[in-house]
Formats: sequence, C-alpha cells, structure tokens
Amino acid sequence: MSSVSLTNPTHEAFADIKDEIEAEEAADPTKKKLGFLFWLCIGWIILVALAATFANLLPLPNPNLGNYNSVQNAGPGWGHLLGTDDLYRDIFSRLVYGARVSIVVGFGGAIIGLVVGGIPAMISAYRRGRIDTALNTGSYIVLAFPAIVAVIAIVSFWGKSLFKITLIIGLFAAPLIFRVVRASTLSYATRDFVLAAKALGASDTRILSREILPNIMPTIVSFGLIAVATIVVLEGSLAFLGLSVPPPTPSWGNMLNEGSTLLTGAKGQTNPWLVIFPAGAMFLLLISLNVVADKLRAYFDVSEIKL
Amino acid sequence: MSGRRLLEVDDLHVSFATSRGPLQAVQGVSLTLDQGKTLGIVGESGSGKTVLSRAIMGLLPRASTTQTGSVRYEGTELLNAPNDELRKLWSTHIAMVFQDPMTSLNPVQRIGNQITEPLKIHLKLSKSEAKETALSLLMQVGIPSPVERYEAYPAQLSGGMRQRVMIAIALACAPRLLMADEPTTGLDVTVQAQILDLLGQLQRDRDMAMILVTHDLGVVATRTDEIIVMYAGNVVERAPTNVLFKSMAMPYTEALLKSTPRIGEPSHTRLTAIEGRPPDLLNPPSGCPFSPRCPYAQDKCHVDKPPLVEASAGHSYACWFPLTANEPAPPAPEPDPVPA
Repeated sequence: MSSVSLTNPTHEAFADIKDEIEAEEAADPTKKKLGFLFWLCIGWIILVALAATFANLLPLPNPNLGNYNSVQNAGPGWGHLLGTDDLYRDIFSRLVYGARVSIVVGFGGAIIGLVVGGIPAMISAYRRGRIDTALNTGSYIVLAFPAIVAVIAIVSFWGKSLFKITLIIGLFAAPLIFRVVRASTLSYATRDFVLAAKALGASDTRILSREILPNIMPTIVSFGLIAVATIVVLEGSLAFLGLSVPPPTPSWGNMLNEGSTLLTGAKGQTNPWLVIFPAGAMFLLLISLNVVADKLRAYFDVSEIKL
Repeated sequence: MSGRRLLEVDDLHVSFATSRGPLQAVQGVSLTLDQGKTLGIVGESGSGKTVLSRAIMGLLPRASTTQTGSVRYEGTELLNAPNDELRKLWSTHIAMVFQDPMTSLNPVQRIGNQITEPLKIHLKLSKSEAKETALSLLMQVGIPSPVERYEAYPAQLSGGMRQRVMIAIALACAPRLLMADEPTTGLDVTVQAQILDLLGQLQRDRDMAMILVTHDLGVVATRTDEIIVMYAGNVVERAPTNVLFKSMAMPYTEALLKSTPRIGEPSHTRLTAIEGRPPDLLNPPSGCPFSPRCPYAQDKCHVDKPPLVEASAGHSYACWFPLTANEPAPPAPEPDPVPA
C-alpha cells in the first residue's frame, strides 16, 4: 500500500517536467524578446518623431505668436496644456515644433555621419594600405580639434539654418563614426570566414555587404543611436548659446535658454515650467535612444542565442 | 578519367616582409597533382604547409608577400594572377576547406544562406534550385535533418557539424581540386576519423583531386597517394605513400613518425619528441635546416644544404646521410586511431 502512495506523485512530477520540456521546444530558440521597456522607449521616440513631422496638422496654436488674451507665464492648465511663456506663447505648441529641430538635426546629422564616415571606414579597413593610413590619421587630426568650438566658429561665419547646422554637425560626427566602424570592420576583415568567402569567389563588394556588414550591424545601429543622442545634446548646447536656428523658431535648446532667465526671477517673474518641459522632453528622448541602442545590440547578437 | 595533370607547382618561393627582414616561408617547392589523386603535405607547425596551400590558392595578401615560381592549374598560371581571374576558378575549379570550423563560418548568416551563395553566384541557380542543391549537399555530408539545419546559425551546430557544413560549401560548385588545410583541427578523434572518411568517400565519388595538409602522419598514411614532408619551408622528402612508410630516408620524417602515438604500444610508452625548436626562418641555419635537431647530423650537414634528389622512381629526399635500408624504419601507424 505504501508503494501506491509513492509512485503517484512521481508520475505527476514526470508529467510536469515533460510538459515543461514540450513547452520549451515549442518556442523558437532563435527568438529573443526585446522587453516592455524597449517598446516604451521606441514608442516615445516614434511619438516625438510623429509630432514633429505632423506639427502643422495638429490643432495647436501658432508657436511663434502669443495669445494676449491669456495669462503671461501661466502654469499648466486647460487653455494652454503646458502653460505659456513670458511672450504669452503656448509652451506645448513650442515644444512640439521644437522637436522638429532636435529630430532633424539628430537623425539627419547621424545619417550624414554614417554615410560620410561609415562607408569609407568599411572600405578602408578592408583594403588597408596607404589610403587607410591617410584616412586614419586624418580622423585623428579632426578629432583632436574640439568639435563644439569648430562648430561655433563655422556657424557664426556661415549662418544658422537647420540644413547648415545638420550638415556641419554630421560632418563633425563622421570621424568618430569612421573610427568605430573601422575598428569593428578590422576585427572581422581578417577572420577565417571572410577568407573562406573570398576563396569561394565572392567579390569585395559582396564580402563587405554580406559577410562583414551583418556582423558589424549591431555596432553601427547602437552607436548610430547614441550618436543621435549626442547630436541632440550638441544642438541643444548650440541653441542654448543662441547659435542654432534663430528665434522665434522654437527649439528645445533655445526654449531652455529663454526659460533660464525666468528661473531666477531676474525679470521680476519666475516660470520653472519653461525649463522643466523642454528639459524633460530631451531627457526622455535621450534615455529612450540609449535604451533602444542597448537592447538592439543584445537582440542582434546572434552568438548569444540559446542552444 | 584519372591521370590527367591538374596542378603543377614549380619552384615556388614565398616570403613575407617583416620588420626584421624577409621571412622565407616557402623555399622552392615543386609538386604535381593528377586528377583523382590525393597528395598529403606533412610538417610541424611553422613548416610552411599552410602558407604553401594558401599560395597555391592565391589567397595570400599581395601587399606584404613576395611570391615567385609558378603555380599552373590545367596550364593556367595562377601565381600573381589578378583576383578577377582567380575568382572564376575559385569554388568551381579549386575550393578549400579551412582549418578551424569554429571561425570559418559567418556567425550571423544562416547555414542555408552560406551554402546557396556560391551556387547562386557561380552556377546562376535560382533560389529554389539552390536550396534543393544545398539540402542534397547537406545530406551527402551526413548532416541529420538537413531541413532544420538549413535554417540554423553556426552557433547552433557542433564543431563536427560545422566542418561538415564547410565541406558542403566547398563542394557546392563541384570543384576538381579540393584543398583541405588541417580539416580536423579542434575536433575530437572520433569526429576526425568521420570527417576524413567523408572527404575520402566524396573524393572517390567525384573523381576529385585533393591536397590534404596535416601535421599528423597517421592521417595521411591511408588516405593519400603521395606524401610531401615539409620542414622550414623546404620539401625534405617526397614519395608515394607506400614507399615512404616502407623506406623513409629523411631523419625528420622518422622523427615525425616516432612522435605519433600508436595504438599497438603498451600504455604509458613515452613518445619521442623532436628536440629543439623549428628554425628561425628570418635566420635559417646554414647547411641542412634540420641539422641542429638531427640525431644523425654530421659535420657536412651543418655546412652544406643537401639538394632534393630523386633516389628511386618517385622517391626524392634532401639528406646527405639518408637512413639506410638495413636500419628498419618504424612500422606504419595504424590506419585509424579509432574505428570509424
């Protein structure tokens, strides 16, 4: 009678383990999860990008004209969602239009940097030789020069339009991207599988695009997103110094600049909201970009696949 | 079918430019290979066997190497030929199985992609034709459930599996000459035997010529028609396989064989290691390169470098004082350390 009571639970335990194993086998082992935080961050980036793109179509008051029927330096409320600044302008509207500058300069600059820096980096690291040495030395020289000083100098000579700022920042990001892409290409260019592909008659273009690029893609994507974040900050600093798009066009940086004068009460009035909202929006965008970069790197890394 | 001359290497020299001067990795190697035959290239690490095989393939970096002599494949000169011309031969005429299966597959491409790629480029197969061919190749190299493996990443396969995939890729475009550069490095002995048997069987099926590069005389003993023994970038002995094991003339060959464990010996038998180190190729010793380590070396060996002379039909060696016939050579090693 004791044997019956002993075998039953054992059978149940076996059935449980069997179920678990079957459930694990059903799941595709190559599938990895990105997690809730990733989607939250992607959501915020997409929201900011969409708002910036379709700002004209949204039912927003003109960001550059004050509504003199409302209260100056009002806090958040129903009439003006996030309040008004000292020129009676709607902060929410200015925040949405200001996102345009950050998104265009951030992504545009990073794309220019990737094209100007990344593509030559792959070719130069794969081919080596004198051109590689020259480009490498050149990138060191450009990097040795403090980028912000150079950008300030060029902007004050050449003028401050959205296009010019994007182009200048993109070109200054290029040597940094060149170095990162070159280093990761180098680490793959001498691997056996590249030689094996060559021995199978693959052309150089094919080796670069099919053998090396997929391997360095995680690096490019995550470094590219971090470059976007860095450029957003750089644009913010320029705008804070009054060297980005000229007012009254809003950008997060020049909103912060205007808000800083209202923070101390130097004008007889204080309005902390004018600093809090653009700073908060920028903070959330930067942290989202960093989280997405990190999660994507882990996601693309197939060598971490569970066996 | 057999017997047509496929590959002719004549007086091949390869040297690398280093900061301490030119390094002579291959010093005047000549060899020939007929269709359907297997040539074994044997030597210890640093003897130049991998450099030799890559030079034949034309895979050495052009900028840092000097290559002289000639490598002819069916009469076409390959040495220093432009890459565009070599690309036409690679994979469809000459293919290579690389040393390390762990690093020779692209980690981020699925197995299927890597096999179908050369099929699509060289044989201009459609996507579905290429997939069909790839699956049959995977089957031929003995990979179980090829349909699933087709979608797998290299990290999901074992070392033996990966080497089978490498062989499948090398054979995809039906090459006439297969270069196998230590195809079993890093695999355990059972898998080694399986891979080598597989290579031998595929070679017979396809009437393919093969160059088997290895440091293990046991590997080449039963699987080759002819053996070349290399030391310090030189060919020191060259003979048909059965002749070599019956009457080896070069002390280095004997030393190599003595350092291989044999299954017939009682356990705890000490292996005879070769004393000393391989010579510095930047400063090769005068005389016979093996003389500083050779137990039979005499004064002449340290001064004059022996030429490679053909002593009997097909058997040539570079030694002033070859091992004589009355001194019996050690017995040939067992065909396989482990039954396949």
